[in-house]
Amino acid sequence: MANDQTQAAGGKRPRPLSPHLQIYRLPVTALSSITHRATGVALSAGTLLLVCWLVAAANGPAAFAGVSAFIGSPIGLLLIFGWSLALFYHLGNGIRHLFWDAGHGFDIATAEKSAYAVIAFAVGATLLAWIVAFAVMGGR
Amino acid sequence: MTDTTKSLRSPLGRARGLGSAKDGTHHWWAQRVTAIAMIPLMLWFVASIVSLAGAPLPAVQAWIASPISAVLLLSLIVAVFHHAQLGLQVVIEDYVHAEGVKLVLLLAVKGAAWLFGGIAAFSVLKIAFGG
Repeated sequence: MANDQTQAAGGKRPRPLSPHLQIYRLPVTALSSITHRATGVALSAGTLLLVCWLVAAANGPAAFAGVSAFIGSPIGLLLIFGWSLALFYHLGNGIRHLFWDAGHGFDIATAEKSAYAVIAFAVGATLLAWIVAFAVMGGR
Repeated sequence: MTDTTKSLRSPLGRARGLGSAKDGTHHWWAQRVTAIAMIPLMLWFVASIVSLAGAPLPAVQAWIASPISAVLLLSLIVAVFHHAQLGLQVVIEDYVHAEGVKLVLLLAVKGAAWLFGGIAAFSVLKIAFGG
């Protein structure tokens, strides 16, 4: 046991420390893990925007105009852009988790590759969605 | 196999496989089921929202009221809020260790998910049935 070794060394052996988060550079797998959790929490909050949108659509023109104006404002667009990026990240990384649940892709090399693949998917899908959305709006 | 005479778990407890929380893998499984359901539902929802970008209210209402959209939206609302409260529960259990605060936060998250999910579902039904 480690404790016995320490005692054998006179109790002077420095104990191993957990990574100090302010100086330890997280591997991409750890970053992708905490980002999954952060985007999950952010998406939970962002879902309230979806609720507002549905309530406004059910309430009539005045409420819908108000919510549309907020969504179209710089802050609204930034929130929706963040929501879409978080959504595509969480979706892609969630699928990565499902592969792990099925027992695939657990070795470090594959896990690192899939982490970068998820980031690429999130950025690509977000940009695609916004390019199409602006094309649709321009065509109205 | 472990020797039952040396295990603190009863043979019945091991056969049931429900663990100390008496819940087994239910939380984990419900999270996966809602996750898998949301893969097609969310892709459909985002594609629909993108195609509705800048649309006037009557067009949005007509989309929500169509049978397929209404049923898929209701399914998405159930999956989203169930999945969200399952995930937030784990985050709270991981980081909040004061028993009282933890209990209050868990109840608040579960209650909020239920209420906001209900509000969203009611809005869809109201539009669908022309309220």
